[in-house]
Amino acid sequence: MNVQTRLPAASPHAGLAYRKVRDRLVETFLLVAALVAVFTTIAIVIVLVRESLPFFEHVSLKDFLTDTMWTPLFADARYGILPLVAGTLVTTLVALAVAIPAGTLIAIYLSEFAPHRLRETVKPALELLGAVPTVVYGYFALMMVTPFLQKLIPGLPGFNMLSAGLVIGIMIIPYVASVSEDAMRSVPNYMREGSYAMGATRFQTATRVVVPGALSGIAAAYILGISRAVGETMVVAVAAGLQPNLTWNPTEPAATITAFIVQVSLGDLPHDSIGYQSIFAAGLVLMLMTLVFNIAGFTLTRKFREAY
Amino acid sequence: MSAATTDEAIRRIRADVSRRKVLDQVFVVVGLLVMFAALLVLAVLFIDLVRTGAPRLNLDFLTQFPSRKAERAGILSAWVGTSLIMLTTAAITMPIGVAAAIYLEEYAPKNWLTAIIEINVTNLAGVPSIIYGLLALGLFVYQFQLGQSILTAGLTLSLLILPIVIVATREALRAVPRTIREAAYALGATRWEVTAHHVLPYSMGGILTGMIIGLSRAIGETAPLITIGALSFIAFLPQSPFTSEFPFVSFAWLTDSFTAMPIQMFNWVSRPDPKFQVNAAAAGAILLGMTLLMNGIAIWLRYRFRKRINW
Repeated sequence: MNVQTRLPAASPHAGLAYRKVRDRLVETFLLVAALVAVFTTIAIVIVLVRESLPFFEHVSLKDFLTDTMWTPLFADARYGILPLVAGTLVTTLVALAVAIPAGTLIAIYLSEFAPHRLRETVKPALELLGAVPTVVYGYFALMMVTPFLQKLIPGLPGFNMLSAGLVIGIMIIPYVASVSEDAMRSVPNYMREGSYAMGATRFQTATRVVVPGALSGIAAAYILGISRAVGETMVVAVAAGLQPNLTWNPTEPAATITAFIVQVSLGDLPHDSIGYQSIFAAGLVLMLMTLVFNIAGFTLTRKFREAY
Repeated sequence: MSAATTDEAIRRIRADVSRRKVLDQVFVVVGLLVMFAALLVLAVLFIDLVRTGAPRLNLDFLTQFPSRKAERAGILSAWVGTSLIMLTTAAITMPIGVAAAIYLEEYAPKNWLTAIIEINVTNLAGVPSIIYGLLALGLFVYQFQLGQSILTAGLTLSLLILPIVIVATREALRAVPRTIREAAYALGATRWEVTAHHVLPYSMGGILTGMIIGLSRAIGETAPLITIGALSFIAFLPQSPFTSEFPFVSFAWLTDSFTAMPIQMFNWVSRPDPKFQVNAAAAGAILLGMTLLMNGIAIWLRYRFRKRINW
């Protein structure tokens, strides 16, 4: 009797050596795919720096940072980034004035008060707010929010930073709410129980135990909201006007860094012109601003981290 | 302590407790109000888009090219462009995103390289989309000479949604219990066999959900496409992907110039003529409808897969 039986299902499972080689090859491919993220970051830095070098040969860094006019498309061109930075900061601040209170309130409500079913229904619905295409939000700001605001504030121009900022604020509510809520939910239950045992109400527990305990996560949520608001493009390009304007008054029209990049991209400037190269310099500033906020956020998160 | 002061103290405590309970109730009401106000915005926006755009929401709108006359302009080239861009984006993102997630979740050793990759994925998720546009302009358009083509747009949006897909896929992979992997290893499977035969099939639902969320983000992206120089007035279609001769499919459309739904809408919104705002609203209603539909599918898929799997 022949005791030598064939190994079952040998066909796809050829020799061990072959399988090991295949495993190595697959692993290499997977590593390369993962490295795409690193290459992307490197490419972003290289492209922004390399393409803005010719710009900085033409414009001194001092003018760039201190001049109060940004008119690269005019005959009498001035290259001061300040008006664009101011526009970006004003719209961001208006947005945060909406998103931080609203987002935090919603997060506290969903995490500490809402019944389970309501939370499971509302959370995905809220996330839809963040999924709306930004150009649609631009339409919303220009065609609906601005006319409404004009009734409240007589003399408000058709393009203004207030309406753009408010709409960006609505847009980033889900980012702030969702990440804060996750942070609050990860505060262990025994801390809440301790607070209830002392006779605290749910509201007191939420504000005095849960929120302080989740502060690092909440800070991360705010930072996420800030970087979204700083980088938001279409809402401001549609609703805030495209005139660089050094002002801190949100009821005035002004351009942001992102809106300027869009404006130049829409035009037909030759690629080697200084105006065209200026969008990379503007992009570099935007990138640095997001970086600063992220580093600040990272440090804050570290500082407030609570270990359970 | 006299009885009077005790009574007084008890009354004070009772008043304090009821005050705090009222505060609790007030907060519940405020929380609910804010939440529903936010959701109301979404509803109002969608209803207004549909109502304003209603005169143009018909078949003609879908089958006509853009035009200088508002009432004759349509979104044919825009929706065809968007469809082809989404196809390209999905084809590029799916393999790279899933592979990267598998590497990070199943293979990556704990070392500096892994740490660098992780930091990069997290940071890229926070990079403004217009920066991706500048990257694409410098890299794909100038360096690789790919032009202002559908391929460039697909590559750009792929890079943009890669972090979303990677994070979602990792979550899906992480949800597969270790026991499944250990059982497969115990039977002599190699790491790739464990991943491909067991872990991946179980996490397919989550991966698909992440992919749809990523694409729903890409479909509405306007800024990066404007930056790479997408045109807003295109009165022709890209070459057909289907040909009458063997091999019946053609990829010539990849190098064609394009316009897309959000760009078409932006073009109409920025015109002063109010007639074009009707077109913008109609395009916006369709665009928002598509985004909401994709997100709805993703939510439904997530719910279904979560319900079906019992480890």
